[in-house]
Amino acid sequence: MSTVVTGRPRRPWDGFSDWANKHRKWVLAAPAIIFVIALMVVPLLYTVVLSFTDAEGSIQRAFDFVWFENYVSILTDTARFWPAVWRTVIFTAVAVTLEMTIGMAVALLLRRPFMGRGLIRVVMLLPLVATPVAVAMMWLLIFEPTVGFANQLLGWLGLPAQGWISDPSTALGTLMLVDVWQWTPMVILILLAGLVGLPEEQQEAARIDGASNWQRFWHVTLPMLKTTVIAALLLRSIDAMKTFDLLYVTKGTGGGSSHEVETLNIYAYALSFDYNEYGMAAALVLIYFLIIVGVLVVLNMRRKEKVR
Amino acid sequence: MKARSSLESRGFVGLRAVLLIVFGLICLAPIVWMLLASFKTNIDIYDPSSTFSFTPTLQNYSAVFAQADFLQFFFNSLVIGVGSTALSLLIGVPAAFSMQRFGMAKSSGLVLLSRVIPHVTLLVPWYFIFASLQMVGGYSSLIISHMFISVPLIVWVMIGVFEGVPVELEEAARVDGLTHIGAFRRIVIPLVVPGIATSAILSFIFSWNNFVFALVLSGTNTRTLPVAIFNFIGYASIDWGALMAACVSITAPMIVMALLGQKYVVAGMTAGAVKG
Repeated sequence: MSTVVTGRPRRPWDGFSDWANKHRKWVLAAPAIIFVIALMVVPLLYTVVLSFTDAEGSIQRAFDFVWFENYVSILTDTARFWPAVWRTVIFTAVAVTLEMTIGMAVALLLRRPFMGRGLIRVVMLLPLVATPVAVAMMWLLIFEPTVGFANQLLGWLGLPAQGWISDPSTALGTLMLVDVWQWTPMVILILLAGLVGLPEEQQEAARIDGASNWQRFWHVTLPMLKTTVIAALLLRSIDAMKTFDLLYVTKGTGGGSSHEVETLNIYAYALSFDYNEYGMAAALVLIYFLIIVGVLVVLNMRRKEKVR
Repeated sequence: MKARSSLESRGFVGLRAVLLIVFGLICLAPIVWMLLASFKTNIDIYDPSSTFSFTPTLQNYSAVFAQADFLQFFFNSLVIGVGSTALSLLIGVPAAFSMQRFGMAKSSGLVLLSRVIPHVTLLVPWYFIFASLQMVGGYSSLIISHMFISVPLIVWVMIGVFEGVPVELEEAARVDGLTHIGAFRRIVIPLVVPGIATSAILSFIFSWNNFVFALVLSGTNTRTLPVAIFNFIGYASIDWGALMAACVSITAPMIVMALLGQKYVVAGMTAGAVKG
């Protein structure tokens, strides 16, 4: 297993080559694993330590261990923390529900070949690859109350103009729509890939049994597509909970004048880089990370369940 | 085939066409709007009657590109995108191969956890680590931070690709006298070039589009395009025409990539989602 089976004379680096081949499992994988440990595991441990301290202002400044004080003050903070949790949940739930529903509908429409299908599939890639900061700016202009196209369109339809992103009561909802615009194509692509792999026999059998289109979708297609649907749901939920660019670019630090779009991510960024409350920020990001891991574990369990 | 004809009836085909045209227009319209605004003077942008009828001007683009900085930012984004993609492929592809062939569940789980972790969790420690190494504001810290997105992406895509390469090919190469690593380099790698293209394109797109790492870690000379565009606003009044020209300039390369490499972009975006 370890020696090279050739007739050529041994070269100086053959010893190293033998060693590398013998331990190839780790030789090949180690650089990436060390990279991730250095950039994720070590900083996470550092964050855990910071979260037990009152570090703020500058990291060079001396700090004291306050143990769970930061966690207590965050979990009892009803002014910034719990509203941010609520906004993160509502943003993710509404945006992802719309993305999954519209995504499934469009994927079903695109399932069979027809003239122009290729064109639609190219067009829907555009929101996906467009730079999020540019997308945010673009929608900022479209939703601009006086010159934006959104209010112009409402005017044509005889509806009253809206404040959209600038109005604290509609800002979060408007930005959910932007998220839906940008990421529904991702859901469509994933579901389409799943639909292509489905066998036709069950469809045909259900059709012969006289099942309606809706019954066939609900009782035949959807159960067979379950793992793909949950995979799309998983991917989108986690990324929606982490939305940063769109919210920060359109509403700035703190999520607007009354924190109207401040999610956990935006709040954590402000604590870290605007208020420089490193100890508090560290506790917040760890709570935030645990919430995301929780969602991941629950959805992954659903995905691994056997399809009955 | 009576049932089939009811599904594919004229009514269904017509309804499908209408729904899909509406869907396509919704995807396209905002981008067209941005494109139109980038060719308008600010007077035309503020005039609702010239939504579609106006005299196009290139003054926004010349204003954007006249700033020497903008070309510098373009160059920065390119260097960081290419650098992080190349280095990530170098460490990510062999790791994915090893993880697929040896079933290293814990290691691959660790790498994929980095796809899930919110980046804000790591930014403070990174900032202090890079600052103590005097790397903040340099290309190196930006390339390393962007690799943190690319490496898990590449491992994720490539594990799926390597599953499709039969082990027998390597065994045959071994009989012909190649070492294990030699067989990987000379037999397996040439077979997975499309997968590597998928990884590279996706990795470059994600690096080009990334905002938050450069927001924290870049200096005035190493700013990437998204940060440069973000700095456009924040003044008293926004120069919408120039801003939209800048947005079109940053998005155009991504759209060209998506059109030319459509197959690869789709493969990358859906990688791993379809399997059980």
